[in-house]
Amino acid sequence: MYPAPSIIAFSTLSGLGFGLMFWLGIGMPGSTGLVAFVFFAIAYVLAGAGLIASTFHLGHPERALLAFTQWRSSWLSREAVGAVAALAVMGLYAIGRVFFAASWIPIGWLGAALSLMTVLTTSMIYAQMKTVPRWRSPLTPALYLALSLGGGALLAGQVTWALLLIGMAGLLQLAWWWHGDRAFSDAGTTMASATGLGHIGRVSAFEPPHTGPNYLLREMVYVVGRKHAFKLRIIAFVLGYALPLAFLLVTFSHWMGLLAVLSHITGILASRWLFFAEAEHVVGLYYGKR
Amino acid sequence: MTSLPDSTERKLGLVIDLDTCVGCHACVVSCKGWNTENYGAPLSDQTPYGADPSGTFLNRVHSYEVQPAQGAAQLVHFPKSCLHCDNAPCVTVCPTGASYKRQEDGIVLVNEDACIGCGLCAWACPYGAREMDAASKVMKKCTLCVDRIYNENLPEIDRVPACVRTCPSNARHFGDLADPDSDVSRLVVARGGMDLMPEQGTAPVNKYLPPRIKDRLDRIDDADVLEPFLDVVTDQPKGFLGWLDKALDKI
Ligand code: SF4
Ligand code: SF4
Repeated sequence: MYPAPSIIAFSTLSGLGFGLMFWLGIGMPGSTGLVAFVFFAIAYVLAGAGLIASTFHLGHPERALLAFTQWRSSWLSREAVGAVAALAVMGLYAIGRVFFAASWIPIGWLGAALSLMTVLTTSMIYAQMKTVPRWRSPLTPALYLALSLGGGALLAGQVTWALLLIGMAGLLQLAWWWHGDRAFSDAGTTMASATGLGHIGRVSAFEPPHTGPNYLLREMVYVVGRKHAFKLRIIAFVLGYALPLAFLLVTFSHWMGLLAVLSHITGILASRWLFFAEAEHVVGLYYGKR
Repeated sequence: MTSLPDSTERKLGLVIDLDTCVGCHACVVSCKGWNTENYGAPLSDQTPYGADPSGTFLNRVHSYEVQPAQGAAQLVHFPKSCLHCDNAPCVTVCPTGASYKRQEDGIVLVNEDACIGCGLCAWACPYGAREMDAASKVMKKCTLCVDRIYNENLPEIDRVPACVRTCPSNARHFGDLADPDSDVSRLVVARGGMDLMPEQGTAPVNKYLPPRIKDRLDRIDDADVLEPFLDVVTDQPKGFLGWLDKALDKI
């Protein structure tokens, strides 16, 4: 799949933002006043920037309101509803924290739950795609949730939780790669099943339907990035998981914390790039590609 | 509403005969011609006469080589457009309700005024039947020529999809696949019509008729008509052929 920068930025940043909101919502940290303001501001900037980035991907952003209507069937619509609900509820909670030094606990927990649900809906947009076997696994939502919670804990200064959750996310990431590398062949969709000609013999693409690339090839059959995939996986793993854990374990200071956050975000951006660039859509089979 | 109907009264669709398709791309051209100037946004082209031409098509013809374990390879031309799936994944992922499947005839359509151009439906379709138009930024797909098949301004013979009307080798058939007595349903039964990617669970309405085994090159022994002619190269050729054989040996 084509790794669109807007989607990569969106899913990484808003995942972190909603993760931070979760921790703020359950009162960890339970700061008030100016400190709380800074925390909430960071969460809103991350989540909001992600949401704005995602609209760059749309052909007709002016009709985006319609995307709130199909929550009964569409994960993308659920994501839109969840994101706005989470931002609204957490906004209310933030007002209490910042201006009244009050902790309206039920509202905070509701906001925390909505934040997590938003991350879940994001991951389900991918996990539901039967056409992209690498994504279609319960490991996808598990990884997204662990990353959001872990990254959020890192931003919220919850060191123990950050260690635990980022460690867990690292393991999930390895499991996800391991599963993903087998998923396409396990899914059983082949050129034989795509063309229905397998009973005659071995099928190979003789001539594509046109002489140049088309939307399908550009969007769904992105093969350019796979060459360096292995190196990038190592970079993603070291920066996204191993180094942040090391920074946190050394001695916790704000500088170490900042380094851990920057390293984590860079690593997760690389991992998210691979999430798309390595994902093979079954339509590639019609072109004799994967 | 992007929930799918529980069932549709009819299942209008195509039956495509891989045995007779000659790969002429006439259906591709007539589809583009009809659909670029009728229902919805035109099917745009980008730099059509430039170095890197590209454009939106609702129907494309692939060609495959199929190599049996023994014998000659077979070339199969393979037209592909939306299969109007019963269990269409492209419909349920749509966040806006722009994509829908019609209860009355099962046709899958896009309401272009509601499409935000997110592209998710194209991701969900395993067949590559949806293309985002680069100029209008909305999703385009086969409408089964919904603006022809019910169009009383057209002579009756033209009230079929443009591709079906055009096909010079009668490789495309249009009808109601929910009716077991329709011509298309009988054709599917008689010829062993099949689903593409059945494991994807999309339950496509369109069916493909598998090609018959065509080539007899491998059965050279049966070619008795040609036998006298194949006999010419004997051990001791005589006459003109003998002279030619020797002359050629000398060169
Ligand atoms: S062929 Fe693709 S676009 Fe058409 S109904 Fe099936 S899934 Fe949807
Ligand atoms: S591109 Fe348009 S039709 Fe397709 S899912 Fe998005 S809004 Fe729906």
